[in-house]
Amino acid sequence: MRFKFLICILFSASLGLQAQEYFPKNDAVKAQDNTNYTVLKNAKIHVDPSTVIPNGMLAMKDGKITAVGKNIQIPANSVVVDLKGKDVYPSFIDLFTHFGIEKPEGNAGSPYSGNPQYDASREGYYWNDHIRPETSAVGNFKYSSSEAEELRKLGFGTVNTHTPDGIVRGTGMLVALNSEGTEGDRILDKESAQYLSFEKSAKSRQVYPSSIMGAMALLRQTYLDADWYARGNAKNKDLALEAFNENRDLVQIFKTENLLDELRADKVGDEVGVQYVILGSGKEFESLDAIKATNATYIIPLNFPKPFDIEDPYMASYASLGDMKEWNQAPANLKMMAEKGIPFVLTSWNSEKEFKENLLKAIEYGLAKETALAALTTRPAKIIGQENTLGTLKEGAWANFIITSGDYFDKETTLYENWVQGKKLVIEDMNVVNLAGTYDVQIDGDTYEMKISGEAAKPKAEVKIGNNKIGSKVTYNDNWLNLILSAPDTTKTEYTRLSARIPEDPKNFSGKAILGTGSETSFTAVRTSETSEDKDKEEKNEEHPEVVPVTFPNKAYGFETLPKQQDILFRNATVWTNEAEGILENADVLVKNGKIAAVGSNLRARGATVIDATGKHLTTGIVDEHSHIAASGVNEAGHNSSAEVKMEDVVDPDDIGIYRNLAGGVTTMQLLHGSANPIGGQSAILKMKWGGTPEDLILDNSPKFIKFALGENVKQANWDSNSRFPQTRMGVEQVFVDYLTRAKEYEKLKNSGQPYRKDIEMETIVEILNGERHITAHSYVQSEINMLLEVAERFGFKINTFTHILEGYKLADKMAERGTGGSTFSDWWAYKYEVKDAIPQNAAIMHNAGVTVAINSDDAEMSRRLNQEAAKSVKYGGISEEEAWKFVTLNPAKLLHIDDRVGSIKEGKDADLVLWTDHPLSVYAKPEKTLIEGIVYFDLDRDKELRQKIESQKNQLATQMLKAKNDGLKTQPVKDSKKEELHCDSLHLNY
Amino acid sequence: MKNLKIKLLPLLLFIAGNSFAQQTPAPEQTRPVTIVGATAHIGNGEIIENSVIIFENGKLTTVAEANSTSRNYPGTIIDAGGKHVYPGFIAPNSTLGLVEIDAVPQSDDEDELGEILPHVRSIIAYNAESQVVESMRANGVLIGQITPRGGRISGTSSIVQFDAWNWEDAVLKEDDGIHVNWPNSFRRGRWWRDEDPGIKINEDYQENVMQISDFFKDAKAYLAGPRDHKNLPFEAMENIFSGDQNVYIHADGEKEIIDILAFKKEQKLDDVVLVGGYDAYKIADQLKAGNVAVLVGRVHETPNLEDQDYDLPYKMAGLLNDKGILVGLETSGDMERMNSRNLPFYAGTVVAFGTDKEEALKMITSNTAKILGIDSTMGTLEAGKDATLFISEGDALDMRTNKLTKAYVQGRDISLESHQTELAKRYGDKVEQNKSN
Repeated sequence: MRFKFLICILFSASLGLQAQEYFPKNDAVKAQDNTNYTVLKNAKIHVDPSTVIPNGMLAMKDGKITAVGKNIQIPANSVVVDLKGKDVYPSFIDLFTHFGIEKPEGNAGSPYSGNPQYDASREGYYWNDHIRPETSAVGNFKYSSSEAEELRKLGFGTVNTHTPDGIVRGTGMLVALNSEGTEGDRILDKESAQYLSFEKSAKSRQVYPSSIMGAMALLRQTYLDADWYARGNAKNKDLALEAFNENRDLVQIFKTENLLDELRADKVGDEVGVQYVILGSGKEFESLDAIKATNATYIIPLNFPKPFDIEDPYMASYASLGDMKEWNQAPANLKMMAEKGIPFVLTSWNSEKEFKENLLKAIEYGLAKETALAALTTRPAKIIGQENTLGTLKEGAWANFIITSGDYFDKETTLYENWVQGKKLVIEDMNVVNLAGTYDVQIDGDTYEMKISGEAAKPKAEVKIGNNKIGSKVTYNDNWLNLILSAPDTTKTEYTRLSARIPEDPKNFSGKAILGTGSETSFTAVRTSETSEDKDKEEKNEEHPEVVPVTFPNKAYGFETLPKQQDILFRNATVWTNEAEGILENADVLVKNGKIAAVGSNLRARGATVIDATGKHLTTGIVDEHSHIAASGVNEAGHNSSAEVKMEDVVDPDDIGIYRNLAGGVTTMQLLHGSANPIGGQSAILKMKWGGTPEDLILDNSPKFIKFALGENVKQANWDSNSRFPQTRMGVEQVFVDYLTRAKEYEKLKNSGQPYRKDIEMETIVEILNGERHITAHSYVQSEINMLLEVAERFGFKINTFTHILEGYKLADKMAERGTGGSTFSDWWAYKYEVKDAIPQNAAIMHNAGVTVAINSDDAEMSRRLNQEAAKSVKYGGISEEEAWKFVTLNPAKLLHIDDRVGSIKEGKDADLVLWTDHPLSVYAKPEKTLIEGIVYFDLDRDKELRQKIESQKNQLATQMLKAKNDGLKTQPVKDSKKEELHCDSLHLNY
Repeated sequence: MKNLKIKLLPLLLFIAGNSFAQQTPAPEQTRPVTIVGATAHIGNGEIIENSVIIFENGKLTTVAEANSTSRNYPGTIIDAGGKHVYPGFIAPNSTLGLVEIDAVPQSDDEDELGEILPHVRSIIAYNAESQVVESMRANGVLIGQITPRGGRISGTSSIVQFDAWNWEDAVLKEDDGIHVNWPNSFRRGRWWRDEDPGIKINEDYQENVMQISDFFKDAKAYLAGPRDHKNLPFEAMENIFSGDQNVYIHADGEKEIIDILAFKKEQKLDDVVLVGGYDAYKIADQLKAGNVAVLVGRVHETPNLEDQDYDLPYKMAGLLNDKGILVGLETSGDMERMNSRNLPFYAGTVVAFGTDKEEALKMITSNTAKILGIDSTMGTLEAGKDATLFISEGDALDMRTNKLTKAYVQGRDISLESHQTELAKRYGDKVEQNKSN
């Protein structure tokens, strides 16, 4: 079969060449063009998803449709194909493939194996190797008939292909899967789209960007640089930027890896004024509102997660509810997207093997067939501006269509032929005679009963003599039936071989029989019944497993509906105001509209829910000045300054750390960049709004912050690397001086009105110089702290906060003098050389010297009991309890310049409150309720209920998974749900 | 040259920085001490509200109700009214004194090369003058089991007290047991080898388990023979089989723990202690039946898995204790040495999440002493035992009130100062000077 197909290609390939009218021809006569029409008749023609001609005709010539309708004129020179009972659909279009293009081999390896490469490898191109807009799909393309056949078997006729390499990947091209034509026929558009992603090129080891946020910043800068270049301001030639500018008018297709990246890609697009078409993850249902708000069209792969293999209960215990739910819910994603009105198209990318199966599954889960068809035909055609030539069966369009035995979206339907540009590929022979039935077969005087069932082209046979079943093997090709029968006497190894050409009506047929003895005779078969009583044909009307509700976030401890603001009156609590009133006994606090409405005694509820807080302590929520939870990455380590990157870009609102922090009374945190480089990235200030989107978590009108870092990490003392400046504390100073000096000059040029290259890194540092952006500086030993204080003074700004600041006690006077705060660990030390003089009295000594002091976590574990860490200053430093409590509430709020909103219990401030079971500085205290802006995000009773719910839901899903495995579905190993906890020095090279 | 400089620099700095020695160890107790009026937390679950505690020559002689004895108290009399007295806290499975600064490899002596190293002894590397060790004392942590790390059998641990000139002086119990790192039955896919990163069966598990049991069998056979051709690892097992030393098996998984119970039976081992035991609460009844004590892994941790109760590590010790298992708390993990001074607060957290205070106290005193086999002299305030104890102004399990005024090791009045308090004093004074200027 395969062999024949190849011959067919070779033969028709020579025919194809004739099509090029102005090409000379030397291997035959030239005048042999085929100008006949091909006409399909009696077919159910799906012109487009909403137009069906039940008994229609379609004419084509030279690869294009010339007419379509109920009754069209059949030109005399037509070959007519009768498609009675069959359906014709436009062939599908796949916008995301790398068909015919080899994925570039990585020589990059880990950027940190050996000495990292910081500069670009190319000359004449952009400064970053991962920006490759000049890459052209045409240049790397080699048509592959075998790949084309695989795609055509699924129903595809046209694909967009591109080189899957780099952040900007250059142009893709549109190719018809016409294996009989030449590139001249097939290439429909050599620049059909530009492709982008957050993934680095495999061809370069250049370290930058080493994070998602770096990739986002790099993209923003590339757009700026391209504009600047387009205006003719560059002194040099940049082939990459030239290509980038040329590609700007194309459709921009952005490949992403996960749901958060989809939102991130769109965010960058919004900022640079580009609406990307986004290759999605299939998890869009987890955040439909945010996805809808992107206004993007999505390309969705049909690769649903496989069930976990959980037969081993010990192994099963590692599975998380979130992952199990995703398996259960993912097949309903397309339905949910459609219901939400989110436009999408489908791709076979990463899902070729399970494409049809999963497509049918999506329909079983509620996706409308018309929507599915549109997502494979008209919608993708429209995205690439080919709506008149592709994805439709109207006059003038390419003759790209599939012929099926019936409704394409029915499980039993056979895809017979896939025509592309008028050239057919036979997938299953549609003219094969259906043999199904029961026959009496006479061979050499014996009568056998033969039952034939199954698909016409792949019949199954069951043969009996009397009541004895006989082993049989049937092959059926091109209407030739071959049947091998074993001897009725099973002790003998003898076979009878039958062979017959089947007539159009197989009610009786005859052929040759070769008996076990080797003698040749003939046999006859007479059909006695047209049914074969095939039990297998019983419809398995299987219902899909019940889809469990999506929660926010869609994992353990998520909310089924997002919690609402409540008016609450806390009665009779010990209230830690952090204000002049101090600690009030038996006091009431009224919460209204998310704010603290009143503090006092005997307050009236005025319709608020009353909570009896007798014997309990009510405080403001904990503010963690230094945290790395809720982040998809922490460090952009590719440059010694990464002022251009933003932690706001990489907020991960689904981190279980958020819930655990709420259970520890934390309501606000600063998500800081790490300490891999002297000038780090811009901070995000978050409220722990569990269940929200990244934007929900980010504090409105956040004050601007940036991370600086000093010491061992920035000089790369603790890992093998010595190619990046600085390698000493001496060099660290020079990095700051260099950047600050250049930023000054940059601002001067910018203010002069002369053309300047907008540089987001410099823009950020200018904000520092102007006091508009505050610095949180990671620091340990006094020499470097002294240095940075002095450098800041030299450049006319002040350091807002030193974080860690473990030797702050040695120069607390200098910090106090300059109004610089300190945010420190309570008692960490001895984990590296630069903290050998760290002492637990640090916070107290700094406080006594007049420094605004906070105690922070930098750690997902410690952050959930920062109240205990504050208490250690009472123990080690003799600080009063009231002051110590401020170390984790009011003082960090002050350091973050948000103390007008949070940090104390005061009328008008945000109702970020924690109700404690005990004295909040005591090891015995735990939060009973944690509120943010009047919304209860953590509640001890709800937590208890959820624990049971998680268990029962996991059990329900485990049962479904076990059933799926028993039903023969492929499984995957259980995913480990332990998340790596991030710290300052987490590099995350594989972001 | 540059490289060399980088490698040498920390060493040089380290040597220079380490020029402060530990606080001078206290001299022997010469006269009796009587502590009157304190709430005595005996360490066995009992409390004496208004107590009198007398010790002489390093040993407790009286622990009683204050009004039950005569008023003629001997020696130095300390009025501790309103204060609390506890037996010295014990940090088992600790690497204190084996590493000074985590990131300085030159200061790291915790992990020897090789897999089966029962003959490797932690005690000789224990640095009695470690600045980290001295920082334990001000929080009441006065005793530690110094334990090697790494390999399948890491080596042999010893128990020390934290106020000594050198390791020989520090020893309370030399070579108390060997430490076995039980293999994991599951492993994560090696993504760098293009494997799915999901959980997989560890194909080497049975082989690794066999390695342990084969070694035990071989050692036993060897010890029964003439032993004329010495085998050091086998020799090191002698006290294991005689029952004088414990076998500490470090493991977390449920399946592994069940296998350990089978191993204990098969090898006829009496004194097996489970260390870590993250999943132990799931099979507490079996552990109880198998008479296996548990040194529960660090309380101040995040749960291992996303779905687990946020307070699972907080309440785990309590769950086991409720089932009648002998439970101690241990401190190993990231930055474990300096963090060991928080041991009392681990016990405090166990209280916050469901355990009675005096029960939780046992987990860092008498239970641990029993597990380590030093309960004849340590772990409770009882007459006849070592006077290793301290006075705190308040509840020592709560950081809010854990403030030591006195601590004694075997009756010696030890210093509560440290490198850290010296620095605090020096720079605290600087702040005061600046203020008065």
